[in-house]
Amino acid sequence: MNVTKMFSDAGVVTWRNVMNVRRNPEWLLGATAFPIMFVLMFAYVFGGAIGGPGADGGEYREFLIAGIFAQTVAFNSSYTVIGFASDLQKGIIDRFRALPMSRLAVILGRTTADQVLSVVVLVVMSICGLLIGWRIRGSVVDAVLGYLMILLFAFALSWVGAYIGLISRSVEVANSAGLIWMFPLTFISSAFVPQESLPGVLGSIADWNPFTAAVNATRDLFGNSSPAGWPEPSGWPAENAALYAVLSCVVIIAIFAPLATAQYRKVASK
Amino acid sequence: MSGINGQAAVSARGLAKSYGSTRALDGVDLDVQPGRVLGLLGPNGAGKTTTVRILTTLLKPDAGTAVVAGHDVVAEPDAVRRSIGLSGQYAAVDENLTGFENLYLVGRLYGKKKAAARTRARELLTRFQLEEAADRPSKGYSGGMRRRLDLAGALVAEPAVVILDEPTTGLDPRGRIEMWEVIKELVADGTTVLLTTQYLEEADHLADSIVVIDKGKVIARGTADELKSQIGGERLELVVSEPAELVAAADVLGQVGVGEPAVDEHTRRADVLVDTGPKALVEALRLLDARGVVVQDVALHRPTLDDVFLSLTGHATTQAEEVSR
Repeated sequence: MNVTKMFSDAGVVTWRNVMNVRRNPEWLLGATAFPIMFVLMFAYVFGGAIGGPGADGGEYREFLIAGIFAQTVAFNSSYTVIGFASDLQKGIIDRFRALPMSRLAVILGRTTADQVLSVVVLVVMSICGLLIGWRIRGSVVDAVLGYLMILLFAFALSWVGAYIGLISRSVEVANSAGLIWMFPLTFISSAFVPQESLPGVLGSIADWNPFTAAVNATRDLFGNSSPAGWPEPSGWPAENAALYAVLSCVVIIAIFAPLATAQYRKVASK
Repeated sequence: MSGINGQAAVSARGLAKSYGSTRALDGVDLDVQPGRVLGLLGPNGAGKTTTVRILTTLLKPDAGTAVVAGHDVVAEPDAVRRSIGLSGQYAAVDENLTGFENLYLVGRLYGKKKAAARTRARELLTRFQLEEAADRPSKGYSGGMRRRLDLAGALVAEPAVVILDEPTTGLDPRGRIEMWEVIKELVADGTTVLLTTQYLEEADHLADSIVVIDKGKVIARGTADELKSQIGGERLELVVSEPAELVAAADVLGQVGVGEPAVDEHTRRADVLVDTGPKALVEALRLLDARGVVVQDVALHRPTLDDVFLSLTGHATTQAEEVSR
């Protein structure tokens, strides 16, 4: 199986997955309602308490957005999980497996198509952010890099999602399995609170959580800072957030791409 | 049966596959000659789908070999995939894509260029009478239309061998007859077909030769006629006017026939295999008349494949299906 055919197959599979999404526009409601509620809840319910004294919450809202973006695309990896589980159940994977096509392309086509979703969701979330007072304070180039950082992280998680989807025995299992690990991943981090405020072990986990690095790097590229008086995160991962985030993504893909491909080889839909 | 033939389009020897302690396949041999149709017949759970999955490279056998279109399924899976078309019992069409898009997708994945994939998709949509529905999402198709689309998908690359896994399971009678017509046309074009079915009538109708499997083993093989003559004779069937008369009727049938007569109280029907044809019929009527049993209907016919199956396995296909559920 040559490389050209692999990319051509992946392109065709991406097209198929994007068409599937376009024919079911309801997904957009599901994909954005949740993060928008998170924005409102954190900005206006917890924001006053978390954001520190004296502030009107504007600083916290600006701090919050990079975390919400990253959390939103992280949760999107559950679409990868469900997409695979449902293709397995419907026999689509069997059809693909009986075709003279690249195995990797089936997964790459899915993880790529899911980034199209992430882009659409990021547009909606950016508008939501602008409405509550978030602004990009850095240069255009940095802003673009910030969005790319988030998309790279989403792409990496999508490979984890692909593996989970392919080991799930049903769409129902996939539904829970795809979401459950999202909560510790996204909350034990710097997305919503200063990571320095987390106690003991949780603090160390948050420091080394690739999610924290992705959030910090993006926040930095957007030129958004922490509310005044918050402790600045320290340590190697915090001081090299962008580098650490990118390295983490590469490592995640390097681990889960072969795992998912091997699982794809093994799966039988019944 | 020209079983030992190097030229066979599909040839399997000693296929075995176990799931845990269950032996799904226990040494299956089969051959399909080029341009012919082999019917793989058996109840649910007999091992038909496992056989298909091995022949289409979806599953590796624990033991045995299979060569499809000249390529070993284990050693050269990609070459096999290029030469076959698979249409499954689940009609694996993407319901969010239109009929056209489904076929275009498959064409592209077989390695066709965009224009060629488009042309081929339109050709097949026309051939399978899906032209009008071509640009609607296949979600709205009837069961029969989906099956036709799935079959069209199997034919995109004009494969030398087409494998149909229970092509009519779940279709209504009209859908089934339409599907049969389509399969017959395919065969007329010279394509080699291996089809699995649990419908004896379907194997009888479509297949040049039949392999009967049950519990992972081949229990009979031959043409439909050969299988029918294997159990010999004919079936004498009669309907009496009162259920109470069935005992006498069964008794009489037992005397003129071979083997145990079958009785169905619900339809007041009794039948038995006979090897003396009309003579047995006359004898049975004479005996029944002497015992004062009123016969409403009587018939003598050649055994169906159902009879063959019953005599080979000791259970009917439909019963087997219920048990396995």
